[in-house]
Amino acid sequence: MSIDLQTVKKIASLSRISVTDAEAEAMVPELNNILGWVEQLGEVDVTGVQPMTAVIPNQQRLRDDVVTDGNVRDKVLANAPQAEHGFFAVPKVIE
Amino acid sequence: MTDLTDLTVADIRDGFRGGDFSAREVAEAFNANVAAAKALNAFIVETPEKALGAADAADKARAAGETLGPLAGVPIGMKDLFCTQGVQTTAASHMLEGFTPTYESTVSGKLWAAGAGMLGKLNLDQFAMGSSNETSYYGNVISPWRRKDGGNAALAPGGSSGGSSSAIAARLCPAATGTDTGGSIRQPAAFTGISGIKPTYGRCSRWGIVAFASSLDQAGPMARTVRDNAILLEVMSGFDPKDSTSLDLAVPQWEAHLSSDLKGKTVGIPREYRPDGLNAEISAMWDRGIEWLKDAGAEVVEVSLPHTKYALPTYYIIAPAEASSNLARYDGVRYGQRDLPDGAGLQDMYAATRAAGFGPEVKRRIMIGTYVLSAGFYDAYYTQAQKVRALIARDFELAFEKCDLLLTPTAPSASFALGEKQADPLAMYLNDVFTVPASLAGLPAMAVPGGLDAAGLPIGLQVIGKALDEQTVLNASLAIEERAGFTARPDKWW
Repeated sequence: MSIDLQTVKKIASLSRISVTDAEAEAMVPELNNILGWVEQLGEVDVTGVQPMTAVIPNQQRLRDDVVTDGNVRDKVLANAPQAEHGFFAVPKVIE
Repeated sequence: MTDLTDLTVADIRDGFRGGDFSAREVAEAFNANVAAAKALNAFIVETPEKALGAADAADKARAAGETLGPLAGVPIGMKDLFCTQGVQTTAASHMLEGFTPTYESTVSGKLWAAGAGMLGKLNLDQFAMGSSNETSYYGNVISPWRRKDGGNAALAPGGSSGGSSSAIAARLCPAATGTDTGGSIRQPAAFTGISGIKPTYGRCSRWGIVAFASSLDQAGPMARTVRDNAILLEVMSGFDPKDSTSLDLAVPQWEAHLSSDLKGKTVGIPREYRPDGLNAEISAMWDRGIEWLKDAGAEVVEVSLPHTKYALPTYYIIAPAEASSNLARYDGVRYGQRDLPDGAGLQDMYAATRAAGFGPEVKRRIMIGTYVLSAGFYDAYYTQAQKVRALIARDFELAFEKCDLLLTPTAPSASFALGEKQADPLAMYLNDVFTVPASLAGLPAMAVPGGLDAAGLPIGLQVIGKALDEQTVLNASLAIEERAGFTARPDKWW
C-alpha cells in the first residue's frame, strides 16, 4: 500500500501539524519507505495470537475514590503561554 | 592527589564517607569539567549551584554524624527528559523551551533524596527519538571519542541518551540517568565505552518523565562500572502509585549481591543475532564475550529467537503510534511554545504550534503513528504489531527455558560520524536491531564495554535477562567487565 500527497496532507491534518506543499511532497517517499518496510509484518502468521496488552504481568490497581491532590491552580497555569483570570486562554472558538 | 573526576560512584561514596575528601571538593571538580567541555554540547542547562548545594548538605550531614543517603556526596547528570522542579525541562525540543516544571519526577526525586546532586540537564535526541543525538533542537552532542585515523571527524555519542553517554565518557559526571525505549541507554553506552542498564519494564516509575512510547519507556542508570549501575538502579527503582504500570515489588539489594561467579548459569546465544554480513569486529567481540562467560563458570548453549527480524518493524509501528498519542498534549495551550498566526483560530494555532515546535524526526514519527492508528488501518498495522510483539516476547520465554541469560552484541557497529546516517531514517533505525527486541518484551538488558575496534572506538556486549532478574544481568556484566579490563578513555581534545 503506498500513500500519495493527498494522504500525507490528510495525516498531517489529523496530526494537527501544518505542512507546506513542499514539505508534504518530501514526506511522500520518506513515509512510503518506512511504511513499506513495516508492512513485512503482514507475512507473520498470528493465528490464535492475542495482541499484547502488558509486557510484564501486573494487576490493575484501584484506590479509594478520594481527593488526593488539588488546589494547585497557579502551579498548573505557571507554564501556560497565556493564562488569564485563573484560566488557560485560547483564541476565540465561537463566532 | 588523584583526580576526583576519575573516581567511580562507589569510590566517591566510600571516599566521602571515609573522610578522604569533602563532597564540595568533588562537586567543584566535576563542575569545572562541565564548564570546560562546552565543545561536547552534552548539557542543555548546567546547574553547578545544585551540585554544590547537595554537596554542602552532605558535608554538613557528615560533620554532624547524621545518617548519610546512599548517594551522599555524589554529583550526577540528569537526562533532560526528567522533569526537575524549577529547572527547565525541554526533552531537547523547541516545543518545551522554557518549560519549568513545578514538580519533580519520581526517579530524579529519589536520587536527590538519596543525597545526589545535579550537575545539569543532559542533551538528548528530541523527545528521545533518535540514535545519534542529531535530532536535538539544542544541537548535536559530540562524542569525546575520535577515530585513530587522525581525521578528527565528530562522532555520534549514540542516542537518545547521548548527552549522558558523552558526559560520562568525558568525566563530566561519574554517572547519569538515561531512558530507554528501544535502546536509548544501551546503544549510547556501547558507543562511548561505558555501561548502562535498562531494568525490567515497571521497575522505575515513569511519572514525571516526558513520555515517548509509554509501553516501552524505562528509566535506568548509566555509569562507567557495573557496580555503579547497581548502586544507582537501587535508588531509582521502586513502586510508585502515580505510575499505573509501576511494579509493586521490593527493590533487591543488587549491589550487595554482585558476584561474577557464573557457575550453574547457562548463557543462551541467539543465532538470529548473527546475520550474514554482521560486522566482523562486532562478531569477534561477541565470541570473546562467550569465552569470558565460560571462563566465569557459565555453560553456553545456542538458542533461537525466530521472530527477531520482525522486532524493528514491530517497534516502528508501536513506538510511533504511542508517540502520536502522547505528543498530542503539545497544543500550545497548557505549556510550552505557542505559535499564533494573525487571525488564527484554535485549530490553526494547534497546527502552527506543532509545526514550529517539533523537529523533522518527531513530526515523521507522529505522522506514522497517526497513520497506523487511523480508521481502516488500525488492525492491519497496530493490532498486527501487538500480536507480533506477543510472539517476540514468547520467543524469549521459550529461550529462557533453556538458559538464564542471553549474550548478544549491543549495536551493529561502533560509533559513526555525525551526518553519516542522517539522510536515511531507515538506516538510522537499524542501529537498534539488537536492543529493540528486549524492549518489546520488557526485559532487563545491560550494555557493557568489551574493547576497542581497529579504529580505536569502543564496542560492547549486551546481556539480556529474564523479567525481574536484574541480578543475573548485572553479575554476567560484571564477569565481562572483569575479564575485558576495559580502561581505555578518550584523549582530551575538548
